[in-house]
Amino acid sequence: MSAMLVSERQPIEGTTLFDGDMAQRGYALNAMCYSFNDAENREEFRRDEEAYCRKYHLTPGQRRAVADRDVLGMIAEGGNVYYLAKLAGIWGLNVQDLGAAQTGLSVDAFKAKLLSYSE
Amino acid sequence: MTEIIGGYFTSHVPAIGGAIAKGLQGDPYWKPFFDGFPPIQKWLNQEKPDVAVVFYNDHGLNFFLDKMPTFAVGAAHEYQSADEGWGLPVYKTFTGDPALSWHIIEALVDDEFDITTCQKMFVDHAMSIPFELAWPNVDTWPVKLVPIAINTVQHPLPSAKRCLALGRAVGRALESWDSDDKIVVMGTGGLSHQLDGARAGFINSDYDRFCLDHLVNDPEALVQDSIAGIVEKAGTQGVEILNWIAARGALGARTLTKRTENYHIPISNTAAASVVLEAV
Ligand SMILES: [Fe+2]
Repeated sequence: MSAMLVSERQPIEGTTLFDGDMAQRGYALNAMCYSFNDAENREEFRRDEEAYCRKYHLTPGQRRAVADRDVLGMIAEGGNVYYLAKLAGIWGLNVQDLGAAQTGLSVDAFKAKLLSYSE
Repeated sequence: MTEIIGGYFTSHVPAIGGAIAKGLQGDPYWKPFFDGFPPIQKWLNQEKPDVAVVFYNDHGLNFFLDKMPTFAVGAAHEYQSADEGWGLPVYKTFTGDPALSWHIIEALVDDEFDITTCQKMFVDHAMSIPFELAWPNVDTWPVKLVPIAINTVQHPLPSAKRCLALGRAVGRALESWDSDDKIVVMGTGGLSHQLDGARAGFINSDYDRFCLDHLVNDPEALVQDSIAGIVEKAGTQGVEILNWIAARGALGARTLTKRTENYHIPISNTAAASVVLEAV
């Protein structure tokens, strides 16, 4: 089995591999999300989202995706879901809510889809 | 002589922690999952291991993208849980086993695994939830901990083949550890799930069954796919199966029997499983 270089990789439908390109692109956004491990930072973000995003030097695309609560947009801008989940938590969204937002399904339909795998 | 009692493998979905906190173990949604654990608790209570060597992955608590080790071995006197940002309780502190950690580190580097060593590290839900499931309602964890973190976050990830080899090297280190300790090996995470992207919600029970069926006697079958191949079959986070593969490797060539297995879809967005492979 030889190593699969980035350039040789076949794209997987509906899937972004969080690789070096994405890690570079998403650094600022992910750094902001990582800061949300700290309750005081979550509170600071809630108080003034705009200022907090500026403090972490989000790119315009990242800022737009965050302002629009656009999960696929955040991923396209290099967000990694392990870090984005901390931001989603501030908004009271769980991973079913995130799944629904990314698939265009209602939350109930997304949950039903998950359940359907058990059949 | 050090005795390896076997391996305990489980999913570590954060929502499990929420269900424990709310006492939902008997709830119809949760019961089929939690029903997998009494046999595991019973086994551990019978065997009474002294140390757990745990392969897991960090989810942005201890490691950020500024420094992302491929393989990291904890060598701390204690490991703390901490706020992960989305509402899970802060869990009990783990007591380390620095002497065993350094023995493993020496053995791994001697074996040409150039691992990162951590004398201070936080451990996240991927550690605490499997412990909560195995030892509910204890005041302190009854085992000491050696955590081994595998990067499943930022590609390139180590290949499945390399993770199996790492596990086998850890297993050899445990064999050469001069103690009267009983050791349980653990692997946490998976099974198939994908949280991100247009394919979010992807689950693949055929692949999960394949992994569960081959884990005991044919772990080589699990390392034939590239990382991209595993992501395609198991989902972007289903790649956490790497932790199971490494843990299986640490059990070595000894005869194992599958003492218990439970597989349930879905827990949160995940196909959840728990398994004990017992050394006989
Ligand atoms: Fe995980």
